[in-house]
Amino acid sequence: MSWASYLTPAALVAGAIAASLNIYALTAGADFGGGVWDLLASGDRKDRQRSLIADAIAPIWEANHVWLILVVVLLFTAFPPAFAQLMTVLHIPLSLMLLGIVLRGSAFTFRSYDSRRDSVQRRWGRIFAITSTVTPLLLGTILGSVATGAVGEQNPTTGSSFASVYVAPWLSPFPVAVGVLALVLFAFLAAVYLTVEATDDALREDFRARALWSAVAAAVVAVIVLVLARSEAPLVWRALMVGNAAMVLRIAATVVALGAMFALWRRSYRAARIAAGVEVSLITWGWALGQFPYLVPPDMTVQSAAAPASTLELLLIALVVGLAVLVPSLRYLFKVFKAGY
Amino acid sequence: MAVSLAFHIIFAEVGIAMPLMMTIAEWRWLRTGDAVYLDLAKRWAKGTAILFAVGAVSGTVLSFELGLLWPGFMRYAGAIIGMPFSLEGFAFFTEAIFLGVYLYGWDRISARAHLASGVLVAASGALSGIFVVIANAWMNAPAGFRLVNGQPVDIDPIAAMGNAAALSQTVHMTIAAYAATTLAVAGIHAFVLRRRAGAPLTEPLAHFHRAALTVTLAIGIPAAILQPISGDLSARFVARFQPVKLAAMEGQFATERGAALRIGGLPNEETRETPFALEIPHGLSLLAFHDLDATVRGLNEFPRDDWPPVMIVHLAFQAMVGFGSAMALVAAWAAVVALRRRALRYESTDRWLLLALIVIAPFGFLATEAGWIATEVGRQPWIVFGVLRTRDAVTPMPGLLIPFVLVSALYCALGAVVVWLLWRQIVKTSGAS
Repeated sequence: MSWASYLTPAALVAGAIAASLNIYALTAGADFGGGVWDLLASGDRKDRQRSLIADAIAPIWEANHVWLILVVVLLFTAFPPAFAQLMTVLHIPLSLMLLGIVLRGSAFTFRSYDSRRDSVQRRWGRIFAITSTVTPLLLGTILGSVATGAVGEQNPTTGSSFASVYVAPWLSPFPVAVGVLALVLFAFLAAVYLTVEATDDALREDFRARALWSAVAAAVVAVIVLVLARSEAPLVWRALMVGNAAMVLRIAATVVALGAMFALWRRSYRAARIAAGVEVSLITWGWALGQFPYLVPPDMTVQSAAAPASTLELLLIALVVGLAVLVPSLRYLFKVFKAGY
Repeated sequence: MAVSLAFHIIFAEVGIAMPLMMTIAEWRWLRTGDAVYLDLAKRWAKGTAILFAVGAVSGTVLSFELGLLWPGFMRYAGAIIGMPFSLEGFAFFTEAIFLGVYLYGWDRISARAHLASGVLVAASGALSGIFVVIANAWMNAPAGFRLVNGQPVDIDPIAAMGNAAALSQTVHMTIAAYAATTLAVAGIHAFVLRRRAGAPLTEPLAHFHRAALTVTLAIGIPAAILQPISGDLSARFVARFQPVKLAAMEGQFATERGAALRIGGLPNEETRETPFALEIPHGLSLLAFHDLDATVRGLNEFPRDDWPPVMIVHLAFQAMVGFGSAMALVAAWAAVVALRRRALRYESTDRWLLLALIVIAPFGFLATEAGWIATEVGRQPWIVFGVLRTRDAVTPMPGLLIPFVLVSALYCALGAVVVWLLWRQIVKTSGAS
């Protein structure tokens, strides 16, 4: 089939979901990464690192967080059976992730509005930092488990054991490795963004070192994920290893990753930020297109799980209108708070 | 889920009404130059920020819980009723963006741009509440599809959003948000002002609390007085579309012409009677159908399987009406005082009115919870009225008690921290600046 025949309303909505996830990774992902660096803050400038992170996140994290809500509502409106399957089989990791999201957001807000006393601040800060670390781990694990096909294979109404339906699909090496990859990538993004937003050179050097180390870690974890994909997630393996498109993707990802490290080494922070963003986007789209046309492999495709055409068409109209409101608003938000960076 | 919703509904109410309070306060500040209004706007902005963050995360939990707990419902209804949730997503997005601008932009943008972003926060907050209530209304009055062999076909999301319950429910809930929040805040300020009796008019602390009362009651008085009217609209909808729910709300077992309105009473499902009630002849027929002799269908007409738990629905409904009426009366009283004075201003000498405001402060939230119980429990055993039973929609995963206990504990903790922080931020330090 040619590419044009894939351009159905269902595929467009699926594309919008992938795009929202991509933006979520680039924005909210970095907010989570900021929490990781809050947890790992060290050295003489510990407190200043933490307050830089808080200032960078505060005005934008709620707006960034909404991309995930958009993913969820698009999923359940456009692909109800897929949503029902995911939410049933992945009940446990999703609930834990939600717990993480709730605690992270509340703790961050409570820290800003509670007493300035150190002990109080440290308690909320601790919760914020730990949940910022655990949540991306779970998010990656969930996405990884879908790619393996194990989630789609389960049929909860048959008599299989609790563990085999509700635990085994996600608690295996590949999904967990994807979770670690998500965590490392988010931390990498945050460190790179913070080199641009740092208020002085000493802080900037702190985050430059962190960005470089996490870039190396991301490369190592990416290779592990790839190796595990061969046996556990053949769809992903094929997308990344078989054919010309896969080779282009591999080369592009490698070049961009090296480019980000080089730019960090040369202290060209803006260039590093662009390269880091492109790298994360390539990984997101590599995964999304690799899995396409499957939504929840091995059986549910974007077409077979889709809602009726009337719903999809209206949803696309709503998306266009919504974006027409959102994009200028978001530009305004970032212009007011991130101008000059 | 019920526990998450019980908390979320309060977070959401405050999240809808507080931005309006803060925007009006800022507007008053720009108009009068009286710094006390700026102080109020900033305090309420903090309250909005705390509530919005908690409302945002608890809203996320809910959007997931729809699937985590009710995969059967979402598989069935996602395509039909996902639309308002998607629109809510955008409205919520807009709110998040402009709240960020509002909270952190005091020194970065012009006064007019700042006020405008406050207006956008208030408007999009109200709008997202409306979209969510539309989805809930659909569960009471499903529309926009046909059933063929138990499967929905000919899905029309627009018709689903325009369902018969949408208008009455959204109006009722939006007014509830304004009435409950503003009168709750007014009660707190009334409490402090009352203790300042005898202080000179120019005293800053009394001035602060008087200003707060002016802004909150400017919204709260009309909202509380309009609410019974919108309640009448809702009740008449229920009477026509969900007669079994109306019968449960009223504890009406027999089908009667010219049915009486019961105040109080304890319905007994076994004997099919509602003893201990004060009965107003023809009252129910009059209220539900605007006709003294209209026929009200009783529970006996419906199969026992289709009854909601009558006792809970009846008591919750009575509680909502009771709390709401008390609020409307006090609001009318406050309006009379303001009219006599020819100014929306309250003094520490209005001792009895202030006392009444203190007493009714929690009534709005109590009425909301009671009303929500009445409409949700009243819909049982259906999750989508007349179409899908709740037991067919719940997740097959065993051991649901564990997530239930976890979520309940989490929300109780969140609720406690929010109350503590609001107290700390808005009330405790007030008048200090």
